[in-house]
Amino acid sequence: MESVSFPPLSRVAVSGGTHGNEMTGVYMVRHLQKEKIDKIGSVSVSTVLSNPRAVEICRRYVETDLNRCFTEALLNSPVTDSSPYELRRAQELNAQIGPKGSKEAVDLLIDIHNTTSNMGLCLILYSIDWLTLHILKYLQSKMASVEVRAIQLDIPIAEAYSLESVGKHGFAIEAGPQPNGVVRADIHNLVKEAVDHIFSWLQEFNSGSTFEGGEVEAYTLVKSIDYPRNPVTGEITAAVHSQLQDNDFKLLQRGNPIFMSFSGETVKYDGEDLYPFFVNECAYYEKKIAFHLARKIKLTLPPIKVTD
Amino acid sequence: MEVDQVVPLPRLPRVAVCGGTHGNELSGVYLVRELLKLQREVMKKEQEEDSKPALVLLVLSNPRAMQQCRRYVDTDLNRCFTHATLNGPLSDMAPYEIIRSRELNALLGPKGSPEAVDLVCDLHNTTANMGLCFIGYSDCDWICLHIFRHLQMPDTPMRFLHFDVSNKESYSLDSLGKHGFAMEIGPQPHGVVRSNIYTAMKVGVQHMLDWIRLFNSGNVFEGGFVDVFTMVKHIDYPRDSETRNITAAIHPCLQDRDFCLLHPEDPLFQTFSGETVRYKGTEPLYPFFINECAYYEKGIALSLARKRCITIPAIRVQTEQEQQANEQGFASEEEE
Repeated sequence: MESVSFPPLSRVAVSGGTHGNEMTGVYMVRHLQKEKIDKIGSVSVSTVLSNPRAVEICRRYVETDLNRCFTEALLNSPVTDSSPYELRRAQELNAQIGPKGSKEAVDLLIDIHNTTSNMGLCLILYSIDWLTLHILKYLQSKMASVEVRAIQLDIPIAEAYSLESVGKHGFAIEAGPQPNGVVRADIHNLVKEAVDHIFSWLQEFNSGSTFEGGEVEAYTLVKSIDYPRNPVTGEITAAVHSQLQDNDFKLLQRGNPIFMSFSGETVKYDGEDLYPFFVNECAYYEKKIAFHLARKIKLTLPPIKVTD
Repeated sequence: MEVDQVVPLPRLPRVAVCGGTHGNELSGVYLVRELLKLQREVMKKEQEEDSKPALVLLVLSNPRAMQQCRRYVDTDLNRCFTHATLNGPLSDMAPYEIIRSRELNALLGPKGSPEAVDLVCDLHNTTANMGLCFIGYSDCDWICLHIFRHLQMPDTPMRFLHFDVSNKESYSLDSLGKHGFAMEIGPQPHGVVRSNIYTAMKVGVQHMLDWIRLFNSGNVFEGGFVDVFTMVKHIDYPRDSETRNITAAIHPCLQDRDFCLLHPEDPLFQTFSGETVRYKGTEPLYPFFINECAYYEKGIALSLARKRCITIPAIRVQTEQEQQANEQGFASEEEE
C-alpha cells in the first residue's frame, strides 16, 4: 500500500476536566501544569483544564455538557453573558486551541475522560484517521498486557460535537472503570503510560520514521439501548443485568439477559449480534442510554510518515 | 455474662427503612421505591401468617438531592441529627437538609423519646470495596448485632463497623430510632445502580424484616460471637499546601483492599509523580472506606479500625408482663 504522509505534529494539546468529575484528566493536567511541562522533545505541549467551574464543584457540568458544544453551529452561534457557561467556555477553548477547521488549530488534541463502565483503555475518534489509528496500533504493541481499543463515531467533522474535533487531529482517551469524583491509581497509571507512549510516538513520527501499515480492529457505533422506564415518571425500572454488567466488548446475542427489573424479572436482548460498550455509564442515565452497541470492523492502515 | 442466659428486650413494633439519605446512593432509592410498591402485599402476608406484624415505615430521606442525583443540596443530611442541630434555633435561611432533618425527627423520632421508632435501617452505598457493612454507634446493642448475625449472604462479605460516638454526639439518621444502623454496600459508583449490589441490599433488608417478625413472635435467638470493627482514626490524602488539591491517590496495593490488615510501612498512597507514601502508624489496623468519593471533601482517604470479638447473649422479646413491669419501673423512676 502507498505510504501516506502528514505534516509534522509539533503542537499538541492535552486536556482534562472536560467533565469536571472525571478525575484522571484533572490530576494529569494539574500535574503537567505544576511541573511546567511545555515541551516534550520536538513537540510543544499545551495543557488545558477544559471546564474549571465544573472541576471546582466536582460535577460533570455546570449548565450543559461541555463535550456536546463543539459543533460548527454552536461554536459560531452568538453568545452573551447569560448564555450557558459551557457554550461560552467552548468558544473560549475554540479560540485558544482552534479555531476548529483552521490552520491555527493545534495539530493534535488529546482529551482525557473516565467512565464508570468497564471499558479499559479506549481511544474515541470521529472518522477514520490514519494518524490516530497508527497511534492506537503503537499503543497496542507497547501495552501488550492491556486491551487498547478504538471506538469510531461516524460523524462528519462539522457536526462532531466534542472537544477533540477542534484539533487538526484529535481523539479522546477514555479509561474505566472509575467512579465519578474518584481517582484510582491503577487507572491514572494506565493513562499516564499511554500518554508517555503517545509522546514517544510523536518524537519518532516527527523525526522521519515510517510506521508500517497493518490491520487494526475498531468498534463503530450502531445504536443505543435505553433502560426500561416507567411511562409516567420516566424513572428507570431495571438495572443492567449482572451478566451484562462489566462485560463491555463481549459479543451480545439475541436471548442474552440485558436488564433485571427491580422486582426481579429479566429482560433479554432481541437484536443482531453486536458489541456493547459504555455499559452502565453514570452520565448516560440522563441521556437515556443504558449501553451503546457497535459493529467490529477491520481497517487496513497504510504506512505513514511525516512530510519531508 | 453467661451466654445461655436469655436477655428479654422490648418488642419492635415500628421499624423504618430509609433510602436516598444521600441522593446519589441509588440502591436505597430504588429499593425503597420498590418496597413502597410492595408494601400492601408485605403487610397482608404478615396478617395471614398471624404473626405480630411490625409497622414498616418506608422513607425517602432527601428527595431534593435525589431529584438532582447529588449527595446533598446544601449540607450533608447524614450529619444533621445531633441533639444540638435538631433542637437549635432555626433561621429562614436554614440549609434545606437542616429543615429536612427536623421533619424526619418529627416523623421517626423525636430522638431520645419513647415515641421514636424502634429501629431505623438507613440504606447507603459506597465507592469503596466494603461488601455489606452494618454501621452502628454501639458495640452492645444486641438487637443490631443479632440482626447482623442473622444475615446470610452467600457472595457478599459482611462486617459490623462500630463508631464509638456517644448518644449525645451521634449525628446520623439511624440515631433517631431507639435502635438503628446504616446498611452500607459497595463498591458502587454514585449515580449508578448495579444489579448485584441492589440484590444484596434487597436480600439484606428482607432478612432484617424477617428477623424482626421472628423476634416479635417470641423466637429465642442464641448467643454467640461477632467480630466488630471499631473505628480508630482517619487518614487524609497528601495535599498541596497552597491549593489543598490532593497530590496522591490511594496506592494500587491498598485500593479495593478494605478490611485487609494494614501493617506499618505498607504502601498507602502513590503520588502523581509516582512515589510511594507508606503507613507510618505503629499498630496494624483494618482499613475501610478506602477511596470513598464523598470523603475527599471531608479530608478522609481511608479510615482505620481495630477488630475485636464480641460475645452477644441470647435474646428474646419481652412478655407483656415483663413489658409492663419495665414501664412501671420507668414511671416510678420518673416520679422519684
